[in-house]
Amino acid sequence: MKIVVCIKQVPDTTEIKINPVTGTLIRDGVPSIMNPDDKGGLELALELKEKYNAHITVITMGPPQADTILREAMAMGADRAILLTDKRFAGADTLATSHALAGALRKLDFDLLITGRQAIDGDTAQVGPQIAEHLGLPQVTYLCDLSFDGKRTFTLTREIEEGYQLLEAEAPCLVTVLASARNPRYMRVRGIVEAYSREVETWGFDQIEVNEEYLGLKGSPTQVKKAFAKDMKAPGSVYEAEPEEAVGIIISKLKEKFII
Amino acid sequence: MKKENNTDVFVFIEQREGQIQMVSLELLGKARQLADMLNQKVIAVLAGFHIHEHAPSLIHCGADHVLVADAPELEHYTTEPYAQTLARVIEVYKPSILLIGATTIGRDLGPRLSARCHTGLTADCTRLDIGDDGHLLMTRPAFGGNLMATIVCRAHYPQMATVRPGVMRRCDHDENRVGNIEHITIPFDHSKFGVRLIKTVKQSKGKIDITQARILISGGRGVGSAEGFEKLTELAKVLKAEVSASRALVDAGITDHNRQVGQTGKTVRPDLYLACGISGAIQHLAGMEESDFIVAINKDKGAPIFQVADVGIVGDVNRIIPLLTERMKR
Repeated sequence: MKIVVCIKQVPDTTEIKINPVTGTLIRDGVPSIMNPDDKGGLELALELKEKYNAHITVITMGPPQADTILREAMAMGADRAILLTDKRFAGADTLATSHALAGALRKLDFDLLITGRQAIDGDTAQVGPQIAEHLGLPQVTYLCDLSFDGKRTFTLTREIEEGYQLLEAEAPCLVTVLASARNPRYMRVRGIVEAYSREVETWGFDQIEVNEEYLGLKGSPTQVKKAFAKDMKAPGSVYEAEPEEAVGIIISKLKEKFII
Repeated sequence: MKKENNTDVFVFIEQREGQIQMVSLELLGKARQLADMLNQKVIAVLAGFHIHEHAPSLIHCGADHVLVADAPELEHYTTEPYAQTLARVIEVYKPSILLIGATTIGRDLGPRLSARCHTGLTADCTRLDIGDDGHLLMTRPAFGGNLMATIVCRAHYPQMATVRPGVMRRCDHDENRVGNIEHITIPFDHSKFGVRLIKTVKQSKGKIDITQARILISGGRGVGSAEGFEKLTELAKVLKAEVSASRALVDAGITDHNRQVGQTGKTVRPDLYLACGISGAIQHLAGMEESDFIVAINKDKGAPIFQVADVGIVGDVNRIIPLLTERMKR
């Protein structure tokens, strides 16, 4: 079995703070990590590698420093790593990103294509299904579990609001995986050493198969018109009171607002 | 798709087991406002099997026109039959705007459709408006709720957006509203379906929906324990409310993920949000700050939750809540 896992380097958004004076993001010192849902997807691939001797390729699109997460993936057990980077990809929205990735994936052979459900810097959950559409693959999103019959058929568990669904699809197909699907393993010490001596392939526009019009800023149907810090509403009243008094305040305010 | 006289505001009506989902009615409410600003129509797209009886209620909730795709292929949601249905609607009717609920169905369908029709899609919008040039302004949180971004899609159609449940307001159900109902037939290509649904398993956790609660009693780290959370549940019973939680209590295993409010949980806007021992990390605020009235109880008077609270109480939630429950019982 051949598996390709798409991963993304993201800023750890739980560490981002807002400058209260300027209202802008303070990005300095915010660590870059492998997106959690992608890491859950990689762990799922590594399990299939153990069971079915699968070969795992990891691919990321991003700037040269995204190399770090590819090496992390190799240290966890991935076999091949590709960094997709080119100025022509810059400024891409989700659709243009999906076109670049699909262009690279056309050059790879796989039975299962894995992405994370969504990345924590954008939370859009769009790139996976968009890749599936470009490549004409069946898709199953919100994946929390998967089994393989050893031939062509995957049984897939998809998490939904009221419980879960059990689905079936033939290889090749695309799944988008939840971080909660699997706890990712740690990198092996020997793996870390090896990962830095192994090759990360760098691919650009010339290595992939895609219409250039679909890429980057000019291939992006959506544009950011403006970005702004949230305007907080005017704070209400804050009381420091003993419990009895506090309860009195709450009840009178709720009556005032006709809530009770 | 490039523009060819695209017009009208379309809403994908999501149904599960024949039940229209609340988020779709909320979207109809928003679509009504947008269409009135543009002087265009609201078109509801209802897809399912044996579901045409729901069409009139969509008119009562704001639609001018309902397109009904009634077919066995659409009984239960799977990606491809629905993508074929909506792609067909887009091709034939050329919407200007298409709104979809940001559920596990809408967030599966939306991107597939945007790629098929080569147009933009903006996920999880919290605000939709019409710009001076008549384009849809789609505002959404970015960077884990740390920043807001307004997105436009100027040269491609339809302009597509998903919106999470509980964010928009449905309009009043008015049985005097009139509109047309049109049945459409979709020429399905079964060879592309690819995914087979074996079964849907409901778990009891799915029964509650905090986005529909009028009052939410919400607990955070300050509640401390399962016993502390139980006290919130008692208050909730007295107030006929639901309990919800910040990520801290979900991660600690004290309550389920489907009760989590915030960026990685649900967006809520109840009449009353009572935040108990919640400090108010930005990811949490992103999910609740649109609530009508916010009361916060927290030991730390510097807690950010007090910045969004209408009434803030600096104090011990574990002493105040039982007292409040007692007083409310009387």
